[in-house]
Amino acid sequence: MTAMNTERVAYVGAHEKRREDLRLTTGEGTYVDDIQLPGMLHLDLVRSSVANARILEIDTSGALKIPGLVAAYTAKELRGLAPQLPPAAGVPGMPMQLAEHRILAAEHVRFVGAALAAVVAEDRYAARDAREAISVDLEPLPVAADFERALDPDSPLAHPELESNLCFETTLGNETESALAESDVVIRQRMRSQRVIPNPMETRGVVVDYRKSDGRITLWTSTQAPHLIRSLLAQVLDLPEHSLRVIAPEVGGAFGSKNALYPEEVLAVVLAKDLGRPIKWIEERQEHMQATTHGRGQRVDMTLGARSDGTLTALKLRILYDLGAHPHGNSLLSPFQTAALMTGCYRIPNAHAEIRGVFTNTTAIEAYRGFGRTEAAYYIERAMDLLARRLGIDPIELRRHNFVKPEEFPYPSPAYHVFDSGDYELCLDRALEKFDLASLREQQQRMRSEGRYLGIGIATYVYRASTGVMPRPPGDQLFLKGLWEYASVRTDPMGQVTVLTGASSHGQGLETSLAQIAADELGVRLEDVSILQRDTDVVPYGGGTMGSRSLPLGGSAVLLACRQVREKAMRLAAHRLGVDSDAVRYEAGRAFRADAPEQGLSFAELADLSFWPLDLPEGMSPMLEGSATFGAKNFTTPFGTHACLVEVDPQTGGIELLRYVAVDDCGRAVNPSIVEGQIHGGIAQGLGQALMERVVYDSEGQPLSSSLLSYAMPRADDIPNLETELTETPTDLNPLGARGVGESGTCGAMPAIVNAVVDALSPFGVEHLDMPLLPETVWRAIHDEREAR
Amino acid sequence: MIPASFEYHAPRRIEDAIALLQTFGDDAKLLAGGHSLLPLMKLRLASVSHLVDLGGIEGLSSIRSVDGVISIGAMTTHSELAESGLLRDEQPLLPRTASQIADVQVRNRGTLGGSLVHADPAADLAPVLLALEAELRIRGPAGERSVEAVEFLESMFTTALAPDEILLEVRVPVAPANSRCTYEKVSDKASHLAIVGVAAQIVFSSDGRCERARLALTGLGSMPYRALAAEERLRGSTLSEEDIAAAAQQVTDGVEPLSDLSAAADYRLHLARIHTARALASLTPP
Repeated sequence: MTAMNTERVAYVGAHEKRREDLRLTTGEGTYVDDIQLPGMLHLDLVRSSVANARILEIDTSGALKIPGLVAAYTAKELRGLAPQLPPAAGVPGMPMQLAEHRILAAEHVRFVGAALAAVVAEDRYAARDAREAISVDLEPLPVAADFERALDPDSPLAHPELESNLCFETTLGNETESALAESDVVIRQRMRSQRVIPNPMETRGVVVDYRKSDGRITLWTSTQAPHLIRSLLAQVLDLPEHSLRVIAPEVGGAFGSKNALYPEEVLAVVLAKDLGRPIKWIEERQEHMQATTHGRGQRVDMTLGARSDGTLTALKLRILYDLGAHPHGNSLLSPFQTAALMTGCYRIPNAHAEIRGVFTNTTAIEAYRGFGRTEAAYYIERAMDLLARRLGIDPIELRRHNFVKPEEFPYPSPAYHVFDSGDYELCLDRALEKFDLASLREQQQRMRSEGRYLGIGIATYVYRASTGVMPRPPGDQLFLKGLWEYASVRTDPMGQVTVLTGASSHGQGLETSLAQIAADELGVRLEDVSILQRDTDVVPYGGGTMGSRSLPLGGSAVLLACRQVREKAMRLAAHRLGVDSDAVRYEAGRAFRADAPEQGLSFAELADLSFWPLDLPEGMSPMLEGSATFGAKNFTTPFGTHACLVEVDPQTGGIELLRYVAVDDCGRAVNPSIVEGQIHGGIAQGLGQALMERVVYDSEGQPLSSSLLSYAMPRADDIPNLETELTETPTDLNPLGARGVGESGTCGAMPAIVNAVVDALSPFGVEHLDMPLLPETVWRAIHDEREAR
Repeated sequence: MIPASFEYHAPRRIEDAIALLQTFGDDAKLLAGGHSLLPLMKLRLASVSHLVDLGGIEGLSSIRSVDGVISIGAMTTHSELAESGLLRDEQPLLPRTASQIADVQVRNRGTLGGSLVHADPAADLAPVLLALEAELRIRGPAGERSVEAVEFLESMFTTALAPDEILLEVRVPVAPANSRCTYEKVSDKASHLAIVGVAAQIVFSSDGRCERARLALTGLGSMPYRALAAEERLRGSTLSEEDIAAAAQQVTDGVEPLSDLSAAADYRLHLARIHTARALASLTPP
C-alpha cells in the first residue's frame, strides 16, 4: 500500500512539448520513402500531357530495352487484373452521373496527369528512364477546361460518353424569394474560392509487400485514413479485409489531399501481386501537383437581404463547383458543407442553396483544409462587409446585431445544420480589445489624408468540425461512412499504459495530446502512456484524421476507454481493500477508501494485481483494459474572430500585412501549444489562398502552374507576427468539451485578409476582389476605378 | 527528379576543362553552382551527356582590386559577392544586388559566372554588369580574350561564349567615391525571379547634381538592358521629381515586355517605371 500521491497538475490544458518532434526533426521518423524491402522494385508512371484525348497507341517497346526494366504495363496488359476506382461518395437519394475511373487509362484520358502506363524496374533510375522511353499517341479532343463555362450549351464535354458536364444538381434550405422581396436592401455579389493545391511537404507514396504463401498484402501509404484505405482496397480488389494490412507511417502533412483511395495504391498492389516482388512508388512534386487532388474550386452568386436596421432576412447562394474529371472519395461533399454553414454566425430565417457540380478536364478536387466550410465563412463574411457598407453601418455592429446569441442555442439554421452552442461575441470582444480597433481606425483616417491606404478586416467565423457524426442528424444531407472513432487502453503489469487510437496523426501532434488525456484520466505520468496508431493490424478500426475530428472524437474515445480501465481498477481496489466498490475513490493515480484515504493502491500496483488470476473480484477478467467507440450526435462548431491590418501601396498594388490578431475558440484546448500551431498553420494557408495561390489552366486544359516555380505558396517571411489567443467555450457534444481546431485558421484568415484589403481600397470605390489578391489584381482594380471616374 | 544518365568529369586545370569541351562538343556542359542546370537536367528539360564540373579548378573564385579595377572570378558565389567587404567599399552595387538573389541556399551555391552564362532574361547580376560596363575575360583553346558585357549577353539564354570557351572572370571599375547605388527588385512570389529589377548608380558632382547615371533593368523583356536614354536624361540634372519622373518614363522606351503569369505586359512596364523612380529617389548626394 503506497502513501497518498502529492498534488499533481493536470496535463490537459498544459503546453506539453510534442513528443514526436525530436524524432521528426532529427531524421528518425520513418516515412514511406524510408522503407526499403529486400528485392523491392520501383514503379514509375507515364502520364498524359493532353487534357482530353482518345488513346491511339501506347508503345512500350522502347522501355523494354532499358537495362533494369522488369515490366511495362498499359491498361491492355492489366486487363483482368485492374479494377476501377470506387465512385465518389454521393448524397443518398440524389441522382448523379459519373464516368468510369480506371487506374490506368484504357480508351481515353480526361486530364493532364492521368496515368497511361506503368513501368516497374530494379531501381528508380531505370524506372525513370523507362518512363521516358514509352511513346504515346493521343488524338486530342475538345477540352472543357473552365468550370464556369462547362455548362454553356456549346461547351465541349469533359466526358463525351456522358450526356453533359453536369454531375449533379440539387437544392437545400427553405424559401427565400418572398423574404428577399420584402427586404429593404439586397446585396448581390459573385465570388470565387479559386482552385488551389494542398501541397503537403511530403508527396504521396506507396510501398507494397506481397506474401505469396498466404496472399497477405502489406501496404505502407502516406494517407490520412489507413482503415478506410484497407476497406476500399478490399472492396475494389475483392479481397477479405484481413488479408490486407495498411500502415500509414509518418505522414508529412496532407491537408485533405490524402483522404481518398488513389489509383497508385491499387496499382501498386496489383503489380506487386503480378510480379511477386515488393514495389515502391514515390510521387514527384510536379507529378503531385497534377495527380493528387486539388482543393476549393467554387463560384457562388450570393444574394443577401436585410432590413434597413441591418437585421438579416434572407440569404440565397448559387454554388457552382468544379469537380475536375474524376471526382473521388469525398469530392462531391464540399458544396454541401458550404450550404450547411452559409448563414455563418448569424440568425438568418430564410436560406436557400442551389448546388451544381460540374466536370472539367482537370485534376479532381477533393478536401483541402476547411473543405467547403472555409468557403462558407469567406462568402458570408465578405457579404457582411458589403452589406455594412451599403447600409452605412459599422461592420462590427452589423455582425453583433445578427449573431446567434449564446442563449439561442441549439440553433437550427434553415440550411439544415443545427449549431450546438457558442459565444461569438466573446471572441469578437477579445479580438477587438487586442487589436485596439478604435486607434487603428483613427490612424487609418489620418494616413488616408497622406495618401496612404490602411485597411482593417474583421471576420467572425464558425465552422463545423468533428467530422463523423453518428447517427446522421435528421435533415442533414451529408453521407459520411462510419466516421466514429475508436480507442482501446490497456496496461502492462508494471502499470504503463498503451493506447490504441483509430485517429491517425499526420503530423499534428496527436501522440502528445491523446497521451495527455489518458495520463490525466488514469492519473499516471505522461511518459507512462504510449500511443499506437496508423496500422490496421494494431488498431481494429478507425476513421483517420480529417475534418477537425481527431482530437474531439479520437480523444473522447480515449477518454471513455480510460474510464473503463479506471472503473476496473476501482473494482479491483475495492475487492483488495475489502470494501464495496462505491466506497472507493480514485484520484491522482490511486484508488483508496473514501473513509480511510491512507488505505489505497496505486495504479501500478493495481495493474500488476490484475495480471494475477487468483484473487480477482467475482466475474472480472484479468488485465486492466477497455475499449470504446465515440461518435458525436452532431458536428461541433469551433468559432472565432480574426482581425487584420494591411497597407496597400496604391502605386504597385502591393499588400503588406501589418498586424494579425486571432482569437479562436476550440472549446477545451487539450494542448494549447498544439492548438496554436494549428491556428498558425491554418492562417498561413488561408493567407496563401487570399494573397498568392492559384491553379491556372489554359483553354486546352494545360496546367500552367504545376511546379513550385510557377505556383506560389507562402513562406516564413510572408507571415506576419500572429497575435493569437484562445477562449474556451466547451461543447457538450463530447466528454472532452473539445470543438476541434484544424481548420479554424483558414476559415478566419481568408475573409479577414480580403476584407482588410478591400477596406483599404474603399476610397477607390472597390467593393470586391476575387482571390488571390495579387499586387497586379489590386493595381488593376485601382487603375480601372480611376479610369472609370 | 532523376536526370538521364551522364558522365561526370572533374578536371583540376582549366586547360583540361577546355580539352573536355573540345572532345565532347555540344554533348558537354559546364557545371558551376548548378542551380539552373541541375533542375533542368532533373526535369529532363536539358539532356547533358558529359558534365564538366568546374568546382575542382583552383583560382576561379576570388575578388581582387588593382588600380581601380575589380576582378571577380567566375566561380565566386552570390553569397561571397554579398558578403565581400572589398565590394561593399569599392563597388557596393554588386553586393546589394547579390544579396537579393533567390534565397540563402541558392546564394551559397549559385555563381556569378554561372548566372551570366545561363543568360536568364530575369537574371539579377546581368543588368548590374551592363550598367557598370563590365569586361568579361574568357579562355578558349587559343588563349584568352575579353568581351564587353553588352556584347557577351546576346539574347535570351545565349551568350558570345563559344562551345569550347570558359568564362574566367569579370572586371568592373571601382565606384567613384561620390557615387550612390541601389538595386530595386520585384520578385515573382513563386520563383523569386525578378519581374522587374532596376540597378541604378548615380555619380554626384560636388554641387549635388547628377554627374553621371548608370541605369539597367532586368525581367521586363527577353534580355536585361541598359536604359541609355534615361541615363542621358538624368545627366546634369538635380534629380528633381520632374527629372526622375521623366527618366522613369524613358526606361521602358523600346522594350517589348513579357506577358505571363508573373505579370502582364502593361503591369510590368508600370512596375519598371515606378521602381526606377523609387530607386532614383532613394539615392541622395553624399
